[in-house]
Amino acid sequence: MSDPVLSVRDLVVEIPTRRGVLRPVDGVSYDIAAGEILGVVGESGAGKSMTGNAVIGLLDRPARITSGEILLTGQPIHRLQGEALRRLRGRRMGMIFQDPLTSLNPLLTVGDQLTETILEHLDVSPAEARERAVAALDEVGIPAARQRIGSYPHEFSGGMRQRVVIALALCAEPELVIADEPTTALDVSVQAQIVALLKRLCRERGVAVMLVTHDMGVIAEAADRVAVMYAGRLAELGPVRDVVTAARHPYTAGLMASTPDASRGQRRLRQIPGAMPRLDALPVGCAFHPRCDRAEPRCRQTPGPTLSACDGRAACWFPLGQPKEVLA
Amino acid sequence: MSALIRLEHLTRDFDVSKPWLNRVIERLPKATLRAVADVSLEVEENSVYALVGESGSGKSTIGRIIAGLVPASDGVVEIDGVDIVSGDAARIAEVRRELQMIFQDPYASLNPRWKVRDIIAEPVAVRGGDVSGLAERLLEQVGLSAADAGKFPHEFSGGQRQRICIARALASNPKIIICDEPTSALDVSVQSQVLNLMSDLREEMGLTYLFISHDLTVVQHMADRIGVLYLGALVEEAPRDRLFAAPKHPYTQMLFDAAPRMDAFGREVDPPKGEIPDAINPPPGCPYHPRCPLATERCRSEVPQPRMIGETRVRCHHAE
Repeated sequence: MSDPVLSVRDLVVEIPTRRGVLRPVDGVSYDIAAGEILGVVGESGAGKSMTGNAVIGLLDRPARITSGEILLTGQPIHRLQGEALRRLRGRRMGMIFQDPLTSLNPLLTVGDQLTETILEHLDVSPAEARERAVAALDEVGIPAARQRIGSYPHEFSGGMRQRVVIALALCAEPELVIADEPTTALDVSVQAQIVALLKRLCRERGVAVMLVTHDMGVIAEAADRVAVMYAGRLAELGPVRDVVTAARHPYTAGLMASTPDASRGQRRLRQIPGAMPRLDALPVGCAFHPRCDRAEPRCRQTPGPTLSACDGRAACWFPLGQPKEVLA
Repeated sequence: MSALIRLEHLTRDFDVSKPWLNRVIERLPKATLRAVADVSLEVEENSVYALVGESGSGKSTIGRIIAGLVPASDGVVEIDGVDIVSGDAARIAEVRRELQMIFQDPYASLNPRWKVRDIIAEPVAVRGGDVSGLAERLLEQVGLSAADAGKFPHEFSGGQRQRICIARALASNPKIIICDEPTSALDVSVQSQVLNLMSDLREEMGLTYLFISHDLTVVQHMADRIGVLYLGALVEEAPRDRLFAAPKHPYTQMLFDAAPRMDAFGREVDPPKGEIPDAINPPPGCPYHPRCPLATERCRSEVPQPRMIGETRVRCHHAE
């Protein structure tokens, strides 16, 4: 197997505050191969967007990467700054945000925004850039692309705007695309269109995609592998079918069980008691233990194991589906 | 069974015209947006009626009309037998007391400068009722502690705030609660806590919910009866199990197919075509015809009227 497109190793992001240092991302490691969609799920505050922003170099001060490394096709990018980072972003990494209206410039036509990006990153003539812009809009399924290229963002509907954003992210032919909640602001029918589009582009172009979302249904349909985050750490990582149907980490299992699903026919939903701890008040031991019904003394005293220390699947001292004695 | 809420041919138009001077200079006609188009439905006592639909389908507008926040343009709105459009003002005020609302965003719907005690007791205090110990009792009922009454909203998480909103809605001892996307802003594990709480309260207090949501899995879990809205029109209405077992309207079928499913690994869906049309210039005939696979000449010209197929009421010329 060739090198993964993106390789994140023991990434730690810290935010110094007056009351101490917070760690929104704490020792996260994963790979994404070409043509693969890695789903990153978790509740708000789990650190999923922060991981994506760290990869693409969009961390807001005072948040910064304090240790670990990020490799893009084997080449370290976590120390890049300024011009070098800017050239990488857009050219080799594309980003799709949740709200398409705020990620487009309302004063420029979509054609101008696309050609600007293409001219910036690719060595082509303005005329060819325009042709490529039309082709990019056409590829993401905007009807009559040649006419619509002169339109402003407000003249498009929400779904069409998100297509424009995807075209923008892909127009310089990047190897990696980070999609942060790309369908959350959209209606169900449009969401299905955007998910299908992302899957098609990923497969046809062999782009590695990091799909950040809180919607397990979207993950189940789109992702090849899924990473579950909790309080800044990876709780579980594995092929999507295994994680959804046979979760090993109690948090993942709770997350699955609390999603309403009529096929289970239960009158009450299973609930995980409590809420995710705040970063400035993380419990001693495993961050999940106050909400975990399998917690043992060890979980209350020792921080949860890292993924690599276990079987590489679930960061838990007593994973589900395995007898407790073996690990204890 | 008696209907607690009854809507008959409810219609609401919003004037979205340009300002008067622009209309004169640019010779533009008046423009109206029909947010709710001829909707009739009945919500029975102690049941959960869910309105589903995509953005712009009019589901929130219907909720706001029933709550009295927006007047109806045409039609009848009856709550507990009282017509709130043209009825007697004193009786309307009385019936309003039986109705409360829970909103989507628990951050925006609580006054940040008020203590939780005052927020919860306000619906009773404003009518001169006795509020001693009320907030503490309600807080315990929704799973928070009585000591929380002295805190401010910012000290709570999203799920806890939504519990405070529920406590406030319960304060005046209502019969009906209109829930407008009550869990859309919450994480899944917190959503299940709030949904379970709502189910428990319904049983304990005999509440009736009008549940407005775009999330089909939540609706399927909560509702007894479901109405599907498209561009302001109620295109299909049926008991929950009937609707999910055999959706009749092509739009409902499309919605079900498009919704992401937990068991559909790598599913290759043929995504639905097109988007919701402009509500200011809706297509003639059936509003769904430009996207409908069954559309014929008749759909393009004639607005379908509701008809019954078994237990399902559907607005489609071709459904069977």
